[in-house]
Amino acid sequence: MKRVAFIILLAGCLNALHAQYPEGKQLLDRIDKNMSSENRVFTSTMVINGRRATHTIKMKTWTAGEKKSFTEYLYPVREQGTKMLKLENQLWIYSPSTDRIIQIAGHMLRQSVMGSDLSYEDLMEDSRLTDRYSAVVTGTETINGRDCWVIDLKAFVPEITYQGMKLWVDRERNIPLREEMYAKSGTLLKRTELSDVEKIGTRWYPRRILFRDMLKDGKGTEFIIEEIEFNVPIPDYIFSKASLKK
Amino acid sequence: MIKFLFRGLLRDRHRSLLPFLVTLIGVMLTVVFHAWMTGVIGNSIEFSARFASGHVKVMTRAYSENAAQAPNDLALIGTATLTAGLSERWPEMEFAERIHFAGIIDAPDSLGETREQGPAMGFGIDLLSGNTAEAERMNIPSSLRNGRMPEKKNEVLISALFADKLNIVPGDVITLVGSSMYGELAMHNFTVSGTVDFGTTALDRGTVIADIGDVRDALNMEDAAGEILGFFRTGVYDEERASAICDEFNRVYNSPEDEFSPLMTSLSQDKTMGFLVEYSGKLQGILVALFIMAMSLILWNAGLLGGLRRYSEFGMRLAIGESKGHVYRTMMMESLLIGFFGSAAGVAFGMVISLFLQNHGIDLGVMMKNASVMMPSVFRAHITPATWYVGFIPGLLSSQIGSMLSGIGIYKRQTAQLFKELEQ
Repeated sequence: MKRVAFIILLAGCLNALHAQYPEGKQLLDRIDKNMSSENRVFTSTMVINGRRATHTIKMKTWTAGEKKSFTEYLYPVREQGTKMLKLENQLWIYSPSTDRIIQIAGHMLRQSVMGSDLSYEDLMEDSRLTDRYSAVVTGTETINGRDCWVIDLKAFVPEITYQGMKLWVDRERNIPLREEMYAKSGTLLKRTELSDVEKIGTRWYPRRILFRDMLKDGKGTEFIIEEIEFNVPIPDYIFSKASLKK
Repeated sequence: MIKFLFRGLLRDRHRSLLPFLVTLIGVMLTVVFHAWMTGVIGNSIEFSARFASGHVKVMTRAYSENAAQAPNDLALIGTATLTAGLSERWPEMEFAERIHFAGIIDAPDSLGETREQGPAMGFGIDLLSGNTAEAERMNIPSSLRNGRMPEKKNEVLISALFADKLNIVPGDVITLVGSSMYGELAMHNFTVSGTVDFGTTALDRGTVIADIGDVRDALNMEDAAGEILGFFRTGVYDEERASAICDEFNRVYNSPEDEFSPLMTSLSQDKTMGFLVEYSGKLQGILVALFIMAMSLILWNAGLLGGLRRYSEFGMRLAIGESKGHVYRTMMMESLLIGFFGSAAGVAFGMVISLFLQNHGIDLGVMMKNASVMMPSVFRAHITPATWYVGFIPGLLSSQIGSMLSGIGIYKRQTAQLFKELEQ
């Protein structure tokens, strides 16, 4: 009898604890409010830590919603003038040395961007988490001294690269501080560490993201946001193939 | 005596024809099999050496661990000095720098936008300096199907099958999209000077061949190369010498602590070719042993049959006073004559077939349509000095052993019983 009472008490406590967790969808919505925007213009630096050397790439990106993105490489000299245009699910690259516009499609989208730990698919994936995943908060942990919710995400969109994700979300600022991306098989594919979180306007935003492709050796790729502006007007011509050759 | 026995064999064909034919067929099969296997293994080794492994190969330790993926970010740096040093130290070898690369070949439409795309693997070899025989070594001039060899910068050869797939003809401009040595996106325009047909499905599916200088420009690999291949100037792989060169090189240059230190490997240390190199050396011994065993059994059987058929003859000869030893010795002499002429005829027939296979070969391309390894599609036999005796000597020995075994029955005959047997 005592044993039954103990089990009921324990289940009640666990239920009460779980009830204190926020709704997964609610939390994803809060994250999207920080991370997503109507449009944005940002200048970033990508530090790629290769096995032999580290190299740095600078670029400027214009993004409108989830479907349109335009990137121009500013540095190094060899990459200067290289441009990438994403429209819907298509990606084109222009290189001034060849004066060619090349469409990147199929398995090429899974290739690394400039030798980094990011693939073209990673760059193209910019939609809201709530549009792609259902979420369950599974616990709490501390990351870099910040209290975080641990959330398990499961994709409900079939044609998505990462079928599962695990996020460690800052409880106060609603920003992920760590992300793990999984394949359908459960294999860990990528891990990111987000840091230098700053208040930009009304939102919290990470200035620095360390990407690690877990399928290859290396110290990962740092993605640093130098400057960022949200919801600024971007002329439509930017997102056209004509602007690639300009 | 020999003349007497020879005449006997010719006059009584029942005595000689079956063992003669068995020896002839056995020797002929051995000769053809030996020439064919030597050819097939030799073709594969040489093909692989020319295209991929060289007689020796220098790579960085890190590159060698993933060589199949051609990881150019782990390539050798400062190759001009390294190659010059190698050539000076081992003048009996010719060293050639190569870059293997993978990427996408993009064919544009009239507006310069993507019309067709396909995955390609490429070879950057010395085509334009005029100092090496790389093009001939890879059999490129004779593999040309259309157009001409690259004669100036940024000209490229493309495999004919790949060109057909992408609707490319000589004179078209194509773009290579790949990764530079430092991981950057690399895009480079080439003009197709010609198409090649290697007759090897793995190569013909999607190969581009460009001058190593152009590939260096395209992939940002100045004074770098994925690998340096070394070939004996004699053209013949010498395992002992190659191993000695590798040992000496690795003692001086290689450091297990530094993953980018150069490492030299010989053809026999190649993961796929090592087995074949080792196997080719043992092939002759295995063949001879198998042949002697099989033929001895067959000829023993033939001898037993002959012995049974000649049971009365031997009895008569023993009855009229011929010694058992003499009967046995004449039988041995007869089998020696049959073995000699059967083996000689077998070698002659085998050589004719082998010569045909050596000159014309057999196209097995259909069987290797989806092969991912580099193998020639036309295999040819190869006649070596060993081919002449590899069948002849065992043919002679096995007919002799067969007769020796079956002839033992002569000594078991009881002289006292002979007349009784003859009366029956």
